Amino acid sequence: MRRASQYVALVAYVVFLAFPLLWLLSTALKTPQEMALTEPTWIPREPTLANFGDAFGEQDLVGASLRSLVVALFASVITVLISLPAAYAMARYRSLINKIAIGWVLVSQVFPFILIIIPLFMILRDLDLINTLPGLVVVHVTFTLPFALWMLQGYVRAVPRELEEAAAVDGASRLRSIASVVAPLLAPGVVATLLFSFISSWNEFMFALVILQDPDVMTLPLTLVRFTGPEGVARLGPLAAASLMATIPSLIFFAIIQRRLKSGLMAGAVKG
Amino acid sequence: MTATVTRPAPPRGPRARRRGISRQTREMWVLMLPALVPVLLFSVGPLLYGIGLAFTDARNTRVHQTEFVGLENFSRLLTDDEFWSSFQIGAIWAVSVTVLQFLAALGLALLLNEKLRFSGLARVLSVVPWAMPPVVIGLMWKLVYHPDAGVLNDLLGTDVNWLADFSLALPAIIVVGIWAGMPQTTVVLLAGLQNIPKELYEAGEMDGAGTWRRFWNITLPQLRPVIVAITSLDFVWNINQFGLVYVLTQGGPGGRTRLPMLFAYEEAFRYRMAGYASMLGLAMAIVVLAVLGLYLWRQMREAK
Repeated sequence: MRRASQYVALVAYVVFLAFPLLWLLSTALKTPQEMALTEPTWIPREPTLANFGDAFGEQDLVGASLRSLVVALFASVITVLISLPAAYAMARYRSLINKIAIGWVLVSQVFPFILIIIPLFMILRDLDLINTLPGLVVVHVTFTLPFALWMLQGYVRAVPRELEEAAAVDGASRLRSIASVVAPLLAPGVVATLLFSFISSWNEFMFALVILQDPDVMTLPLTLVRFTGPEGVARLGPLAAASLMATIPSLIFFAIIQRRLKSGLMAGAVKG
Repeated sequence: MTATVTRPAPPRGPRARRRGISRQTREMWVLMLPALVPVLLFSVGPLLYGIGLAFTDARNTRVHQTEFVGLENFSRLLTDDEFWSSFQIGAIWAVSVTVLQFLAALGLALLLNEKLRFSGLARVLSVVPWAMPPVVIGLMWKLVYHPDAGVLNDLLGTDVNWLADFSLALPAIIVVGIWAGMPQTTVVLLAGLQNIPKELYEAGEMDGAGTWRRFWNITLPQLRPVIVAITSLDFVWNINQFGLVYVLTQGGPGGRTRLPMLFAYEEAFRYRMAGYASMLGLAMAIVVLAVLGLYLWRQMREAK
């Protein structure tokens, strides 16, 4: 009896999660004629891949994907490069800045984006970086930084301090002990953080909306919204097809890092 | 900070010890520097500037001739019906999404922890909404809610324009919010559950505690830090939500889903009222910090 109700709950959850996804897939595979029927069909009668091709014709998906890729690559690499030493310092030195850094990580999650984006918009405008990808990279770096710091300092903490001390006793300089002892153990955490930052940037919409107004520089999420058209009238098939395509990179990355991300989140959130 | 470290005559005695400490401090500063500079320039700086803007009559187009107006924006906020309605909508949205998503996620995490059949599938599915771009989640649900081509009307045999209906639009986006956030909450709670030592349950069983008692006296207290952390984060994320709702309704119909951040965005980038929009952001930040502070304080007191 208890088992039975557990299965009912589980099935309800799976249906709730899967249904919109299946509907997205179904819509993406329908012909325009089938789309226009008054009673929607659940399973496409004549599945077609035409919508995927049409999606590319209607919006500059290739360009948008490339731009998203470039922005996400630069933003994630820069984020990790600059947060790695800081995360090391946060994990290894006990002092006031350490506390301030952790405080800032938390505060930065609380403050509404509007308080930052207006001044940032003005700064970027003065620097002639509005409507440019470097401008968006700068913004993405600052917005992924707190979480990257949080994750990385968790990973550094997980490397036993004794290992470094042992290396120091063996006569290794500090840098050397970091390079040969800490870095290899930290590598998986760095990869997870890198992927996390990449996906955050790839998915990011709000800042991109403010900073990129010219269709020629828009990233993928912005371009997807353009499928709904100015009056909200949309060609639903291509919209669904494009949405599916935009999700694929994130899915691949998340499949790779799922486990690590979980442990990283826990290390940061609970033991911090 | 970089060029001013030349110090006269090396100090002796107790000051020499202080120099030893300062070497370590210097090392730490060097390590912090690459992150510190962009954070100060593009995050802390703008934040402080934004707070400052809240007390001016700044407009995006002529920031350089702004005037300090004190609390004028604040008093305008207090009498702005549109603000109060968006504030109310934001509160309903953030509280219901956070609470409902937490309850559902807790139930689910307990289920998944039991290692039932299909729980593998459910776990894999849990990752999907987390990985999806919020924009895609919004577009996908637009397809589900679509009055003609949507599956929901077909399923329920209704003929409703969910996202354009004055009373249904808010509940409709709340469902989307739960869909988008629940998996992440589940995964975190599940990890928390798996960290609870098995011995506690064994001991509980020996003392004759039933399922419910074990849940109430072992699981919940052990899970408490995780619960506090994830619900606070969820609340903050939800109250600051923007992209999902922007895509779904743009705040419509008639402002019925205009969350505070959408309201602020419109003020700032449609009407170009930088000062007023900043005050809105500041007011929201203060409210959120107060709610969060009260919640964390109560949790800490109860935990003792």
